[in-house]
Amino acid sequence: MESILSCTLALLLAPLFPGVINKTKAFVASKKGPPLLMKYYTLAKLLRKGSVYSTSSSFVFKMGPTVSFAAAAMPLFFIPLAGLPPLFSFQGDVIVLFYIMGIGRFFTIVAALDTASPFEGMGAAREAFFSMLAEATIFAVLILFYRMNGSLSLAEYFHGDKAVSLTGPAGALLLFVIVAMFMVLLTENSRVPVDDPQTHLELTMIHEVMILDHSGPDLALIELGAFFKLFFYSAFITHLLQPLTSFGALANALIFYGVLTLVYVAVGVTESTMARFKMNLVPKYILTSFTLVFFAAILTMGFLQ
Amino acid sequence: MDNLVQIDNGVAISRADIPCLSPENFGLTLADFVKNDGFVVQFFAYAEHGGHRLLAVLRNDKLYATGCEVGAEFPSLTGWVSEKFHMFEREIAEQFGIRPTAHPWLKMVRYHPNYAGRADVFGNDYQNEEIPGRYDCFRVEGEAIHEVAVGPVHAGIIEPGHFRFQCAGEEVLHLEIQLGYQHRGVEKMLPTVAQRRLPIICEAIAGDTAIGHNLCCCQAIEALAGLKVDAGAQLVRTIALELERIANHLGDLGALSGDVAFNPPAAYFGRMRGDFLNLLQVLCGNRFGKGLVRPGGVAFVMGAEQRKLIIDKLDEIEPQVKNVCDLLFTAHTVQARFEGTGPVSREMAADLGLVGYAGRACGLAYDARVAFPTECYGQLPHNTNEMTNGDVYSRASVRREEIMHSLALIRLLLKRPETTAQAVMMEERPLAADSLVVTINEGWRGEVSHCVLTAADGSILRYKVKDPSFHNWTGLAMSLRNQGISDFPLCNKSYNLSYCGFDL
Repeated sequence: MESILSCTLALLLAPLFPGVINKTKAFVASKKGPPLLMKYYTLAKLLRKGSVYSTSSSFVFKMGPTVSFAAAAMPLFFIPLAGLPPLFSFQGDVIVLFYIMGIGRFFTIVAALDTASPFEGMGAAREAFFSMLAEATIFAVLILFYRMNGSLSLAEYFHGDKAVSLTGPAGALLLFVIVAMFMVLLTENSRVPVDDPQTHLELTMIHEVMILDHSGPDLALIELGAFFKLFFYSAFITHLLQPLTSFGALANALIFYGVLTLVYVAVGVTESTMARFKMNLVPKYILTSFTLVFFAAILTMGFLQ
Repeated sequence: MDNLVQIDNGVAISRADIPCLSPENFGLTLADFVKNDGFVVQFFAYAEHGGHRLLAVLRNDKLYATGCEVGAEFPSLTGWVSEKFHMFEREIAEQFGIRPTAHPWLKMVRYHPNYAGRADVFGNDYQNEEIPGRYDCFRVEGEAIHEVAVGPVHAGIIEPGHFRFQCAGEEVLHLEIQLGYQHRGVEKMLPTVAQRRLPIICEAIAGDTAIGHNLCCCQAIEALAGLKVDAGAQLVRTIALELERIANHLGDLGALSGDVAFNPPAAYFGRMRGDFLNLLQVLCGNRFGKGLVRPGGVAFVMGAEQRKLIIDKLDEIEPQVKNVCDLLFTAHTVQARFEGTGPVSREMAADLGLVGYAGRACGLAYDARVAFPTECYGQLPHNTNEMTNGDVYSRASVRREEIMHSLALIRLLLKRPETTAQAVMMEERPLAADSLVVTINEGWRGEVSHCVLTAADGSILRYKVKDPSFHNWTGLAMSLRNQGISDFPLCNKSYNLSYCGFDL
């Protein structure tokens, strides 16, 4: 029951946190910034609208938003939140989840290609390439976690006695993972320095350009899906950062959402202090995160046996 | 040099003094001049005694003019002499139906029927067909080549223009820029309107260069009407032109920083641009300086109160400008984005005849304020540029240096005591008959030039306007060669050329 409540809370709060990023960025630029609840207003506005479909696009185009939304929402049912066990869990769920997210991306990409717009094709090519590189990092993390606690389930990574933790025996290695996963978070969620969520320049965008033709409720689903995805990655990092949860339920929740907010603030600070990379430097950036985790994985070979 | 007559910036000469060569001799003279480090300021056709004439205004360290009678066609200089003639020849073909023979890329410039009522050189029927939007663009063939068409309607609130990229993956092999969507017929209209409307129309040629264009117009009328401008009015005009320069450069640095997703300077620069526009408002009540410059002087006297307001604001804002520039230019991620992006070599820039900061960033030192000084510029110190690699970083650095230089100029000017005797009002004045005047000013984008020819009755026979963008758009296209297509917005912003100034 508590898990259901916790999961529902996460689904409801996901659109709030991007507001934190925008507030942080606005603060650094000495601006007032949009209200914290802006994303809710945007979603409400989009849901009230109708969708426009090009006569030259097919059912694939209409499927894209729904599938990608479902794929983005699923991981939130599997990740422990606020010190509570997740709703569902089975051995090997991480692998399934990351590939389900891959399916979501696949449908976003084919929907973009379906429009036959030259911009969307470019965006799709970039997204496919960069997320393929990011997958290397993610699976290196899974290998490392498997060596550390012998499981392949988000629930066991972040909940219970065997949970990976900075204070654990090989905790220092998690520092690499935290940095690498933060880099992956920025990549996968189209944040600076890989992509710029605020740009309107169709030639430079990666993710945003793929959804140019979606409108109304479709766009709302895509946006909401993006919030869930960002929430999932942030929660992943939060679990690595926070001390082991063994206080009361309320304290756990406060600590969890406190650290989570800090992760979002860190995204905002990164975006305020960095320019975007040139497109041809992005692969190097992503592969750096892979190198970090791979190095950590090599270290486990030595002293964990 | 018998084939050329030397002229001065803003001084009228009799049209009888302009050489009238044979077309062959004219072409050879131009070719000879341009091949020896000469540049084209103006090159256009006008109607005379039922026929047509070509007039070229050229510059090296002095200004020259020459002309010729022309029939239905003339030999193009673009292919065998220099790219500098390219757009001018296309413009002549479109405006008067005179064909430059053997032009390598003869296309429409602004999509309008010609003024002469001849058959259209491009075979367009403007009465019955929708012409804008019909383009034959240069195509690269190949299996791996894809074409990206952007515009004329863009995702941001910018002016319309069509960009056609030929790409191999992310790499741009060729970019062709097709403008003309904002054509309003300025040149055709200017000779027909009452004299008092001329400055008002010129202020609207390019909204961000209101002072630059209007100054050219007013100086031309002054030269033709024999008006003198007192020192106080010159002071105000110079300050206004520099304020316009600072405001636009600041705005563009902010936009550059926004394009690389580095937000804080974008916000600060945006605010400071507003501060400088407000100083123009202090001078004349309009944030873009409209209604300030009028033939014979300025329409608003700068009193002690305005001087104090401007000085106080400069004292407050100058350290901020320095700090935010430092913030932008010392961020290593920004440097990584700017450096080496969109380079144009010095040779290429010289062949294209780039002007303004785009040229100076490539190492072409030409600055109309130095070469052909008007107003107070003869007594003011010059600016030099350190960074001349021709990339986005150089163009941004040149702008930063110009902002600092302009701030110093305004301070120097404000120390001078002269004030205008009185504000001038627009009046109809008789213009010298059968004369030519060329005016050149360094607007914030570069060389703005107007050229006025008067008829025997003192009416305006031909009014030719040239915005620096007319030279520089080709520079942007060349910048993109072998660059990532995702760097286009950044390159574009580093030039920030005018669409309406080009389209007229």
